[in-house]
This record gives sequence, structure tokens and C-alpha cells, in this order.
Amino acid sequence: MSLSIHELSPGQEIGSRTIEVTRTDLVKYAGASGDFNPIHWNEAFATSVELPGVIAHGMFTMGSAVQLVTDWAGDPAAVVDFQTRFTKPVLVADTTGTDQPGASIEVSGIIGKLDAEANTARIDLTVVSAGQKVLMKAQALVKLS
Amino acid sequence: MTINPDLQGRSYPAAEVYDVGREKIREFARAVKATHPAHFDVEAAKALGHDDLVAPPTFAIIIAQRADAQLIQDPEAGIDFSRVVHADQRFTHHRPIIAGDRLVAELHVDGVRAMGGGAMITTRSEIFALGAGDSRVPVTTTTSSILVRGEGQ
Repeated sequence: MSLSIHELSPGQEIGSRTIEVTRTDLVKYAGASGDFNPIHWNEAFATSVELPGVIAHGMFTMGSAVQLVTDWAGDPAAVVDFQTRFTKPVLVADTTGTDQPGASIEVSGIIGKLDAEANTARIDLTVVSAGQKVLMKAQALVKLS
Repeated sequence: MTINPDLQGRSYPAAEVYDVGREKIREFARAVKATHPAHFDVEAAKALGHDDLVAPPTFAIIIAQRADAQLIQDPEAGIDFSRVVHADQRFTHHRPIIAGDRLVAELHVDGVRAMGGGAMITTRSEIFALGAGDSRVPVTTTTSSILVRGEGQ
């Protein structure tokens, strides 16, 4: 990794990314993670438990959002701490049979804080879907070289 | 409100061993739309100084949620899984998870508090890699809060 703390400053942007999500993506994530809660794939079930519809796994959103940090850091192992609060669900429309996404998640990141002693950068992520912040206090700590 | 308040402070010992396989790392990475070569290509991972493929930063959720299942499925806990909403999550990595690791998780129930007609439950999984003999190396600490919604929430 070539990131040096001396070349970084708080407030600096690390980039942005749009993640398009379909119902198929949620089924794949369910299989990969082992989280088969039907609120993430069955509309009738989701509405029966008073949700507005099928929602993405919070961990899908968290897990896909951090790739912006991983790619910036250059090594996935540099992400030594990652936390978030899940504030709003990402509602994923059923677009099966079309080439349209069921939801779109916008991720952007800035350097929130630098710690020269620990040689780390805290990246603060902003994660928005349908105009609402879906993650709050989404912070990744990156170990610098 | 049927959540058992006596859950707080309860621990569940490490149960089954989770063997971290290369294809599982690749599958999970694809599922979170990760493209970093260290998740897919052993040579790329080695070039960064790792022994094998590196798991994505949230991969430990697989092991943590298996540990959580012990609590959620515990009839004494009184948790209706269909009413569970994930409220927050944190991963602290003491070292990365690498293909070939053999992991176990100890689950601790750190907090239970009533919220409206439901409850907020905070759990912590201490994930260790099994080493030579009986040694256990700390790999990841995960903390998670789940909201069990009451009726009408």
C-alpha cells in the first residue's frame, strides 16, 4: 500500500460509487452469508410483518459500501475496524425480467480523522438510497503504510 | 414483550469450527460486489504479503450470525426472528481472515433493554483461529445490536 499519512488531510474525498441492487442480488447475498430471513426475499412475508416490502440485508449494504474503502486502501486487510448503524431500510423493488435495478445505493467517503501515532485514517462513508441516508456513523479505520 | 431480561451477561461457548475456504471467500466477495483481486487471486493476495486469499471486511458476519443463532433459537430467549431488525454492527479485526483459517466464535450477550413493546439486544462474538495444539489466536471481535420489534412497531 502506498498511502502515506503525510499526503492525506481530513475532509479529503476518497471517491464515490453507485451500487445497483436487484432481488437476485439479495438472494445471492442470502446464500453467501447464510442469512435467509424471508423479509429479504419474500414480498408477502415482508408486508405481513409490517415492512413496506422486501428490504436489503443491512449487511449487504454495509458489506458492499466498504469496497470503496478497500479499493482506496489497496489491501482489504488494511481495514482494521468497520462499524455502522442501520437507520433506514433499502427497499428493493421487484424488477425481475427487466434490466432495471430494484434499488440504487450511492456511497461516498471522506477522510474523517487521521491518527499519526496509530498511523490510521478514519474514513467516514455517506450511504444514501432513494434520497435517504440508510447508514449512519459508517466509519472504517484504515491502517496506513 | 416476551424477551427474557435474564439473557444479559449470558455467554455461549464456541461450538462448531468454521473452515474458511477459498471458494467461500470468492462467493461472499461477489455477493457484496467486491472486486479487489486479493479476494479472488491467490498470487495477488501473496503479493500483498498474505498467505492466501483475504476475506472481505464483513466476512466475519457469517461466523457471528451462526453464533447469534444459538441465542435467537434458544427457546428461553423468546425472540421472534421474523421481527428482528439489525440496528448496528461493528467489526474489529485483530488480523485479517485468510483462506485456510479454522475459526470458532464465543458469543456474549452484553445488553438487553426494553424498547417500546420490543427489545434491543447487543451481542459480541469473539472469533478465534485455531492454531497448533490447542492454541487460539484472536482474529475478529464483532458487536451487533438487534431490535426485536413489538407488535405495531
